[in-house]
Amino acid sequence: MTQLALVIDLNVCVGCHACVTNCKEWNTSGEAGPMVDQNPYGKDPTGTFFNRVQTFEVGEFPNTETVHFPKSCLHCEDPPCVPVCPTGASYKRKEDGIVLVDYEKCIGCKYCSWACPYGARELDEQQKVMKKCTLCVDRIYDTTMTEEERRPACVRACPTSARLFGDIHDPHSSVSRAIRYAHGYQLMPEWGTNPANHYLPRRKTKLRIREDELERADNPLKIDSQLPKPGKAEPSLDDVTSW
Amino acid sequence: MHPAFSVVFLTTLIGAGQGLFLALFTVESYAAFGLLPAQSSDFYALGSVIAVILLVLGLFASFFHLGRPERAWRSATQWRTSWLSREVIVLPAFMGMTFLYGVAHWTGFNPVIATLPSGAPINLTAVLGVIGTVLAFALYVCTGMIYACLRFLREWHTPLTVINYTLLGSASGFSLAAALAVTEAPGVMPFLTGWALIITVLGLISRSASLIRNARLKPKSSLQTAIGIKHPKIVQKTMGMMGGAFNTREFFHGQTRTMLRSIKWLFLLTTFVIPLGLLSVGLSAGTGSPGGLLALAFVVQYFGLLAERWFFFAQANHPQNLYYQSVA
Amino acid sequence: MTQKPAQPVQEVKNTTCYMCACRCGIRVHLRDGEIRFIDGNPDHPLNQGVICAKGSSGIMKQYSPARLTKPLRRKAGAARGAGEFEAISWEDAFSVLAERLGKIRATDPKKFALFTGRDQMQALTGMFARQFGTPNYAAHGGFCSVNMAAGMIYTIGGSFWEFGGPDLDRAKLFVMIGTAEDHHSNPLKMALGKFKRDGGRFVSINPVRSGYSAIADEWVPIRPGTDGAFLLAVIHEIIAKGLYDREFLVQYSNAGELVNTDEASDEFGMFLRTEVPEEETCYDPQDKLWWDRKTNKPVLTHAEGADPFLLGEFKMRDGTPVKPSFQLLHERVKDYTPEWAEGVTGVPAATIRRLAYEMGVTARDQRIELPIAWTDTWGKEHDTVIGNPVAFHAMRGLAAHSNGFHSIRALAILMSLLGTIDRPGGFRHKVPFPRPIPPCARPPNHPNAVQPNKPLDGMALGWPADPDDLFVDADGGPVRIDKGFSWEYPLSVHGLMHNVITNAWRGDPYKIDTLLIFMANMAWNSTMNAVEVRKMLNDKDENGDYKIPFIVVADAFQSEMTAFADLILPDTTYLERHDVMSLLDRPISEFDGPVDSVRIPVVPPTGECKPFQEVLIELGARLKLPAFVTKEGARKYRDYPDFIINYETEPGSGIGFLAGWRGKGGEKSLRGEPNPNQWEMYAKNNCVFHYELPKSYQYMRNWNQGYLEWSQRNRITRYAEPILINIYSEVLMRFRQAAQGKGFSRKPPAHLAKRVATFFDPLPFYYDTLEAQQTDKHKYPLAAITQRPMAMYHSWDSQNAWLRQIHAHNLLYVNTQTARVAGIEDNDWIWVESQWGKVKCMAKHSEAVEPGTVWTWNAIGKAAGAWGLAPDANESQQGFLLNHLISEELPACERGNNLRVSNSDPVTGQAAWYDVRVRIYKVGAGETAVTSPQFEPLKPYPGQPERKSVWNYFAGGKK
Ligand SMILES: Nc1nc2c(c(=O)[nH]1)N[C@H]1C(S)=C(S)[C@@H](COP(=O)(O)OP(=O)(O)OC[C@H]3O[C@@H](n4cnc5c(=O)[nH]c(N)nc54)[C@H](O)[C@@H]3O)O[C@H]1N2
Ligand SMILES: Nc1nc2c(c(=O)[nH]1)N[C@H]1C(S)=C(S)[C@@H](COP(=O)(O)OP(=O)(O)OC[C@H]3O[C@@H](n4cnc5c(=O)[nH]c(N)nc54)[C@H](O)[C@@H]3O)O[C@H]1N2
Ligand code: SF4
Ligand code: SF4
Ligand code: SF4
Ligand code: SF4
Ligand code: SF4
Ligand SMILES: [Mo]
Repeated sequence: MTQLALVIDLNVCVGCHACVTNCKEWNTSGEAGPMVDQNPYGKDPTGTFFNRVQTFEVGEFPNTETVHFPKSCLHCEDPPCVPVCPTGASYKRKEDGIVLVDYEKCIGCKYCSWACPYGARELDEQQKVMKKCTLCVDRIYDTTMTEEERRPACVRACPTSARLFGDIHDPHSSVSRAIRYAHGYQLMPEWGTNPANHYLPRRKTKLRIREDELERADNPLKIDSQLPKPGKAEPSLDDVTSW
Repeated sequence: MHPAFSVVFLTTLIGAGQGLFLALFTVESYAAFGLLPAQSSDFYALGSVIAVILLVLGLFASFFHLGRPERAWRSATQWRTSWLSREVIVLPAFMGMTFLYGVAHWTGFNPVIATLPSGAPINLTAVLGVIGTVLAFALYVCTGMIYACLRFLREWHTPLTVINYTLLGSASGFSLAAALAVTEAPGVMPFLTGWALIITVLGLISRSASLIRNARLKPKSSLQTAIGIKHPKIVQKTMGMMGGAFNTREFFHGQTRTMLRSIKWLFLLTTFVIPLGLLSVGLSAGTGSPGGLLALAFVVQYFGLLAERWFFFAQANHPQNLYYQSVA
Repeated sequence: MTQKPAQPVQEVKNTTCYMCACRCGIRVHLRDGEIRFIDGNPDHPLNQGVICAKGSSGIMKQYSPARLTKPLRRKAGAARGAGEFEAISWEDAFSVLAERLGKIRATDPKKFALFTGRDQMQALTGMFARQFGTPNYAAHGGFCSVNMAAGMIYTIGGSFWEFGGPDLDRAKLFVMIGTAEDHHSNPLKMALGKFKRDGGRFVSINPVRSGYSAIADEWVPIRPGTDGAFLLAVIHEIIAKGLYDREFLVQYSNAGELVNTDEASDEFGMFLRTEVPEEETCYDPQDKLWWDRKTNKPVLTHAEGADPFLLGEFKMRDGTPVKPSFQLLHERVKDYTPEWAEGVTGVPAATIRRLAYEMGVTARDQRIELPIAWTDTWGKEHDTVIGNPVAFHAMRGLAAHSNGFHSIRALAILMSLLGTIDRPGGFRHKVPFPRPIPPCARPPNHPNAVQPNKPLDGMALGWPADPDDLFVDADGGPVRIDKGFSWEYPLSVHGLMHNVITNAWRGDPYKIDTLLIFMANMAWNSTMNAVEVRKMLNDKDENGDYKIPFIVVADAFQSEMTAFADLILPDTTYLERHDVMSLLDRPISEFDGPVDSVRIPVVPPTGECKPFQEVLIELGARLKLPAFVTKEGARKYRDYPDFIINYETEPGSGIGFLAGWRGKGGEKSLRGEPNPNQWEMYAKNNCVFHYELPKSYQYMRNWNQGYLEWSQRNRITRYAEPILINIYSEVLMRFRQAAQGKGFSRKPPAHLAKRVATFFDPLPFYYDTLEAQQTDKHKYPLAAITQRPMAMYHSWDSQNAWLRQIHAHNLLYVNTQTARVAGIEDNDWIWVESQWGKVKCMAKHSEAVEPGTVWTWNAIGKAAGAWGLAPDANESQQGFLLNHLISEELPACERGNNLRVSNSDPVTGQAAWYDVRVRIYKVGAGETAVTSPQFEPLKPYPGQPERKSVWNYFAGGKK
């Protein structure tokens, strides 16, 4: 069984928001759109987005880590948002595990959003239906697109390649490998939602300089500290005393 | 959570409606066994009308909660998994049953449907009443479970939620019935007042239990589990949008802690303490007690329940809020 | 018969993004002519398919309510800044302009000043100004990062910024200094992602940990303005431990060249020279000396078999004491110990030392050798290219300080000591760099260069090599309105745009008539001292005439600056016009060769918008500027695309704005006759021309004979001589010499002699920033800086419905401890006060900022009503501009005299944005929770699109 998902590498995410606005751009004119913006030019502009990037500070100065944290629907394998939906508008696809909302059925009761611990769903205040990340279903199966394009918009946009996309049930997929090798983890494991999206933690490259590495045979100072020998004719003690 | 007034009204109105129905049918059952004097059908009919009105108002309020009310019918389809869907089915069924119950009493069309082995006849109203009672309880369970089933809303995820919905709804229904009885069925007024007192006390006990429980809850989720970083000190700096979003509007009550605390005391006072006082006065005054007193008890209690429901929602701390803490 | 609705028409058009100066290739997907999606072009060498937050929000720029759609004239009687305009026709606009400019040109061309902001068409604007005959032309460079350009180009012949960068493909250690975003936005992110994934070690030196620094393996919080001290201490350690690349220094820098150390001599501080047979067209004769270790005698540098002493002191036969420049560097850094630097920078000495070792040891022990044969300029063949995989990148954190030039020189020298210049894993140039040191273009050096009805004799901007190249009059006074190339800022190679308005207002050095501002928001975020500058723009003399008589603004949006215009020329957006990113300006070259690119319109212009390029070509023709008209005086170019195809720098030169598909049939590259189908060929090729150099020309280009000759053949450079790294800068010494009254060149006016002598030190040195020197640091204990947000470009994007949801307003980030001590809680309203002004804003606690620093996002705050925003929008009510706290002028160094100089680096005139010192305190009880200062809200101009209250964007084929 396939479970498509995003794997987000916090080790390289610089918090640029490319994934945020590219998602908006693709989806507002796509199958999941339009995505409303209210007060777009006034006080407290607000709108529907499927993906947000947040920033956290971990630790205390000077040992601070700044963590950029993108979050969209995690396409949980046991999605609590689905069974609670009274209309069946929220559903998880058998064939690829994508959790979707059928806008035609949704009554905008918001109940599914209450059932999502991750705050991944947003009610579109204009259309009054629940919206969320679709994993770009209208891209990934679109055969009029090239292979390269048949990936989620946010994944293609991401300049640092912090977003990987693939089938986490296929042990050979790049996402599965990344999860295994880089210790990918799930958010809020305590709720047993089993999110399909995974996160890869920060990894640190350290350099250890050993004492002996500083001293080396080819140290140029061995050359440069040899100063010129004085000319033989220059004055010396020999000129003034014979002991 | 952000208490939506539609839901506050929905749950309190139908709760009272259900309670009222239960009160009516309790009287009828007692009367059937001769434990209480028989009452005029007007009492039942009027009571049912009021119950139906409450239910309709509740239903009406609920539509304000829906983004797409025109499609509300769709919400009946997922009864297998969704308590909300179940509620959507049970509510109209119960409404219908209450309506029929009222009609039967009002028209006096109350044929004997069956006879018990003991020879006691089972009337139509009794059958409707029993079904209605089952539905009323089912509806309490559905409503309660809508909230109780959400496991990460830990303030709600407890049997106490269902018990509270049942007891508080019933209490307000019985209070209302008692007030009604002052003019329509003075004979059962003390009986109903007594039950209203008892249920209100039970409600106080169970609601206090949930308050105590919730006060002791330790959140299971933390920023650490939310973003998967194990460090004692994590602070959110930006939540990714500055003008707010659905996530900042739907899941925050937006009030100060003091406000929250005052509402708590307010609802304890108005749902329980004052009504208990008024009901006791009413009870001790016996049949001669002024109708206004019990009506006041109901009004105060209903008002209290609005506050109680507001608090119920506001107190629930959704784990998603961990992700939405800082504007910058 | 009812017809089925037609399928929406889908199209994809290639062009180049301009949501920032990075210039990624994009594909614009259209549905029924509306923009459905903009994605990165996978076939573009720069961004290879990725795109950023801004680029993805291009649709919202297209439909912004801030768009100007009609030429506008200030209403008679309305005050400047009030923003009251009436629409006029283009014909009216052109005739007003042509008449006015024609008169100026016929009398005194310098009374016309053209200054441009973050545009990418300096090739055209610069040419227009020169043809007009005014010296008063510059672009944003002076207030941007000229220190970075000058400091490095005067040292290694190339720079970061748009001229070169770190080779993260092969680097093992990457040290990023003072960079938040930079121009190479996407490529740098791509490279960082890959670098980290490959296990490279990333160190960030920055007072703030955000953005890129967030993913650094180590964050080194440094006090602003002190990097020079840090870098000099690192150099100290590198030399002390012998971690420098000796061979590299000997061969490729002037480290071994002998400097005259006879203080009594007129030649003191200059290199010793010997007679060499003069070569034809020689720029920098290789006539300097080494002291050979083998023969213990002075020899010509690079003499066969010679090996110079790098340390020591010697006496020439005539008794002149000399030292190799490396010895002088060694002496210079002697006292710059890590312990000393700790006190200045706040970075522990042990950390400085460790980082120095990491750099040195990585450079030495992880050496890369690529099997690429090449020949150096001395004729020596090399079988391999060697690399020391330590890469640096630095930007405005170094540049935007008044001591930036020397800090950057220190950095370039450190990079050179490590042997990382144009080598794999280190720093790599991008064509047209490296250039000779300094590059050959000189500014005019005499007021006579400005003549009525004549083009300027020389280019308005250039690279002075000695005091005789300064653009000053007989008294040593400036000729340019911004005082560029004067004794105040001799190496102001990008001009000083940030002083134009103040100088013009004051009439110092003279009054001007018309100021044309293109794509710069000089009444707001690109001006210092915005409150006062706004007054100057509206100030009148005793006759009731404006002190700056006529202001023209060419802009696409209702910016704060447009409000002060007498005439507004509405420009198109990047999706509506032709543009070229030319090798004559700052192209998007890659390490492996030159790249230039174009924009081709994907949607028609909105309203009456007209590309500014067309405006210049029209004006050029009306004013009969030689380059724009035929001999007979008739208009030469139909339009801008026609100009691009047919213009050649000189008749028959074969050099035009575009380097790709030249020659009649597009068969030639770089040089060749005009090709009538050039645009089509760019269009077919992703709007980009990428010329890949042979591998052997891709490295060591300062000294790579093959490359230099290739570059000479293609007229990218005139000279093919080695470009030796200037560890010791004789150019700087020449200015110092003049200031000391020595030598034959011009001498500075007395009041500037000390300043020049101090700051024109041939070796880098550390000094406290000029503003800090003049500030009571007890009163103003904090340094205040800004950073680029990745999702916003300067002031442009507040009109963008999507981007402004991410940054609706800005807060001042304060270290939590610092804030607590000041009694400031998270989100409290505070005053931030410098000695020049104060602003009210909100504070945000942060653990990711050095305790002596406060910072905020740049240019998020807006004036009420500007940018098509509602007057109560967050940008103007909660957002704030730090610029109000920064002065554009400082008392000149010598106290006592009344002189004021620009708040800039004394060498380059680089605006010292990040020098300002502040204090912070909670607002008083009862003070409103609204930003201060506030300005009268602007009303929309005629022709601005309606401001939507709900946007439900769905492109074409409506749902
Ligand atoms: N405090 C502080 N101030 C700073 C800086 C800082 O770091 N801190 N940074 C400085 C630096 S490095 C720079 S480069 C400057 C940048 O400052 P500016 O060059 O002034 O940049 P902006 O204000 O963003 O944009 C200038 C104008 O370009 C217009 N524009 C956008 N697109 C188009 C177009 O297609 N055509 C035309 N004609 N106009 C267009 C915008 O509407 C805007 O009015 O700011 C400087 N100011
Ligand atoms: N998204 C986006 N990209 C842009 C721009 C934009 O507005 N938005 N602007 C473009 C322009 S015009 C320019 S010039 C470039 C500028 O590119 P950058 O130079 O990267 O931009 P700044 O935001 O000025 O970054 C300065 C960095 O230096 C740090 N800093 C400040 N003072 C010091 C110091 O004394 N020492 C050290 N070590 N660090 C210090 C600041 O914390 C900040 O991180 O970006 C370009 N790219
Ligand atoms: S993240 Fe939330 S919305 Fe998405 S599947 Fe999981 S529970 Fe449902
Ligand atoms: S909002 Fe829509 S999707 Fe969510 S539970 Fe209600 S009907 Fe289902
Ligand atoms: S997968 Fe598609 S819908 Fe989901 S966040 Fe990425 S771009 Fe948005
Ligand atoms: S696009 Fe990539 S790097 Fe940028 S915020 Fe999103 S995940 Fe992070
Ligand atoms: S980095 Fe600049 S040019 Fe590239 S996509 Fe982003 S805004 Fe456009
Ligand atoms: Mo800049």
